[in-house]
Amino acid sequence: MFPAAFDYRSAATLDEALALLAEHGDAAKVMAGGQSLIPLLKLRFAQPSLLVDIGRLQGMSGVAQKDGWLTIGALTRHVDLERGRDIPHQLSFLPEAAHWIADPLVRNQGTIGGSVCHADPSGDWGSVVLALDADLVVRSAKGERVIHAADFFQGPFTTALHPDEILTEIRVASSSKPSAGAYNKLERKVGDFATVAVAVQIELDGKKVSKAGIGLTAVGPTNVKATAAEKALVGQEPTEAVIAEAAKLAAAAAEPKDDVRGSAEFKKDVVRVYVQRGLKTALARAKEARA
Amino acid sequence: MKVSMNVNGVERGGDVEPRVLLVDFLRTNLRQTGTHIGCDTTSCGACTVLLDGEPVKSCTLLAVQVQGRSITTVEGLAQGANLSPMQAGFHEEHGLQCGFCTPGMMLVGTALLERNPNPTEDEIRWAISGNICRCTGYMNIVKAIQHAAKATRAGASTPAAVGAAAGGE
Repeated sequence: MFPAAFDYRSAATLDEALALLAEHGDAAKVMAGGQSLIPLLKLRFAQPSLLVDIGRLQGMSGVAQKDGWLTIGALTRHVDLERGRDIPHQLSFLPEAAHWIADPLVRNQGTIGGSVCHADPSGDWGSVVLALDADLVVRSAKGERVIHAADFFQGPFTTALHPDEILTEIRVASSSKPSAGAYNKLERKVGDFATVAVAVQIELDGKKVSKAGIGLTAVGPTNVKATAAEKALVGQEPTEAVIAEAAKLAAAAAEPKDDVRGSAEFKKDVVRVYVQRGLKTALARAKEARA
Repeated sequence: MKVSMNVNGVERGGDVEPRVLLVDFLRTNLRQTGTHIGCDTTSCGACTVLLDGEPVKSCTLLAVQVQGRSITTVEGLAQGANLSPMQAGFHEEHGLQCGFCTPGMMLVGTALLERNPNPTEDEIRWAISGNICRCTGYMNIVKAIQHAAKATRAGASTPAAVGAAAGGE
């Protein structure tokens, strides 16, 4: 399969890429690793007249800590997160989320930023940034702005990103309290999209939950932030009953469809079970951080 | 547009449309047909090549995307007249039947042993999880990679052992 013809520019600097986007608007498409975009181009679901390759930009990759933030460069490859070097305990579930993305070869090339901006409701990183309550730092030729993860996903494959903007960094407020997460994913086989997956992140203040984030994969038109479930946890001691109630609320927030991967009813129940399981794992990890 | 890359240690170039996929550049422009096209949808791994030493799917890369970088295809595995330890492993353990997935399997196996000279069976199975074989059921592919790992480890201490393992018939 061949994509429709396009012009191609490999940007040497972020400014060069942003200038190209400013000039070409939505006729241009940004490519990082290309692992979602090239299949779309081949199927001709996307037919940009210009492809701006940002895959070679320097300084946009890796996990770092600065000014009270934990930052993940948009060009960080799935495999780099999977191998988990330099990942602080607060983000310690990133390797387990990365581990189940596509297959090892795709993970060698695909990036977290590309995946988030692709905004496939079955994408794994979307749920992760929702659970982490992350900020997405985007740049255009006009300057920088920050989009909260909760405002980023607007529909299937549709985000708050303007055509002249590039996601440069995902950042999470660094917590001095015990904080940890978990990612649980059900897939039929390696490389398949999730039947259901659930990202959770919690922060503890003493015995009580001070922050909770829950992101759901493949059960709605976008990755879903289960806000009612999050609210049910905050300020509470995470007892069995509280966790069970949050899991029920998260399942209620899911809007899955019947398909070859399972019935809607089944998927809702997987959400319930995975929220419960994820919260228990995250709690244990947060307590480990405190110890 | 002009594109150049190092393929199996040799500088190669061509003039291609930006939409040309790496696998088509290798097969059609460079006539290196050891890299196969299977599913053409990023699923099967028949088109696996090593990009700067790491396995990727060349049906999901543009030729222009790898400008200036290094590609290893199955044609680059043999060491002169000798099979590489990975190739010898597939020969010794009957790691192939129709052979269609074999270039990808051998390249993934080669990259795995570079990172991890002594992988467990689970690690091998995980490494080849992006490559589909429809003949052998993976048993012999795993054995072939284990064979290569053993030969490579032996060869690291005594270089002659690699030649012996790669001797074939």
